[in-house]
Amino acid sequence: MLQLKRHPNKLGIGGWLLKGRWGYERYLYILHRITGLGILTYFLLHIFVTSSRVLGMKTWEAVMGVLHHPVFMLGEYAVYAAFIFHALNGIRLILIEYGFAVGKAEEPVYPYRSSVNVQRPLGVGVMVLAVILALVGAARFFMLNGG
Amino acid sequence: MTNERKSCEVVFHVRRFNPETDEKPYWQQFTVKVEPGMTVLDGLHQIKRQHDFSLAWRYSCRMGVCGSCGMLINGSATLACNTQILDISDRNLTIAALPNFKIIRDLVSDLSPMFEKHVAVLPYMLRDDIQEMHEPTGEYYQSPDDLLEYLQFTYCIKCGCCMAACPTMATDDAFLGPQPLAQAYRYTIDNRDDGTDRRKKAVTVEHGLFRCHYGGECSAVCPKGVDPARAIQLMKKQLFFDFLKLTKHKTPAHVLGRPEGVERNPKIPEPPPYTVEQE
Repeated sequence: MLQLKRHPNKLGIGGWLLKGRWGYERYLYILHRITGLGILTYFLLHIFVTSSRVLGMKTWEAVMGVLHHPVFMLGEYAVYAAFIFHALNGIRLILIEYGFAVGKAEEPVYPYRSSVNVQRPLGVGVMVLAVILALVGAARFFMLNGG
Repeated sequence: MTNERKSCEVVFHVRRFNPETDEKPYWQQFTVKVEPGMTVLDGLHQIKRQHDFSLAWRYSCRMGVCGSCGMLINGSATLACNTQILDISDRNLTIAALPNFKIIRDLVSDLSPMFEKHVAVLPYMLRDDIQEMHEPTGEYYQSPDDLLEYLQFTYCIKCGCCMAACPTMATDDAFLGPQPLAQAYRYTIDNRDDGTDRRKKAVTVEHGLFRCHYGGECSAVCPKGVDPARAIQLMKKQLFFDFLKLTKHKTPAHVLGRPEGVERNPKIPEPPPYTVEQE
């Protein structure tokens, strides 16, 4: 039998964001992964920075001096915002992934109403809360550091 | 989107690939005169008749039942026969083979990995009473509520749209995927089934059930309202409670004997003889 080649058509990491018109929950899925990686990176950097204390007071103060640069302060706020999103979306995901927020199986009648519609209020609610907390945090963060 | 449906010309941007001549896929444009009510499948037929007879795609029933014509239409995985062109666009339409499956030719995807994974989750009734299964003496008892537990998931037509839309599938070839996992739940929750433990082993593998993190896209694109995401989360819930030993031991449905004093209606034909050798 003639064997013809197949062309690989996997979306890959680029497909998380591009190559399609995706729904609200899929973007939350992607943002959850990105913020998770961001927080992990911060955690590793944090260990690296605080470990500089063992090298003496001078090294410690030099490192802290660098960290007072506005770029790092903005980065710190980004970590705070990422944490807020990741924590709240994580609670939403725990509720969903253990089957508590997806509703019961029902006979599909057109127009179909899926578990995505059932959990949508929860998804919107936690994001509204995340935005509020991020704004409150921004006000306190930049006022305290600015003033 | 048009409010007033009028015939117009729509440019179809079709992703082509011929394994005999092409190194990689490329986009080709065709202008199609679209009438109100025309589906994407009708548009593809028109291209084949009027522009390029070599365009390849898979289809059969033309009415959203067979699941053959799944493709990526304007960035969304759906059935070509179930999608009216003017519902999406009156100017441009992009059509490509379903992603996350290898392309055989043009819009034809190789769905065989999905079928292999589907088989791997044991999508059939597992019971100990083999004799009763082969030579039934009655029906297994099932209430309407028992039926509703799994009915939604039986409507799957294996079109592969959910697999194409899944973000985990986009980066993990070995992930079982929404279609097989939904079918695993469909049989596990069926009160006639007694194969929970065997199926649990099949789905709790490294790239199995717990790799799903609810992108929700599979349920959003499903053309039959099957809701694989719900099935997967409910199965996680079932396994979670099972792990905590909070589930009662399930006894599979018993056989309802034939009612006494009732003769078989002679108009009901006998079942046909077996077509495969019995164990």
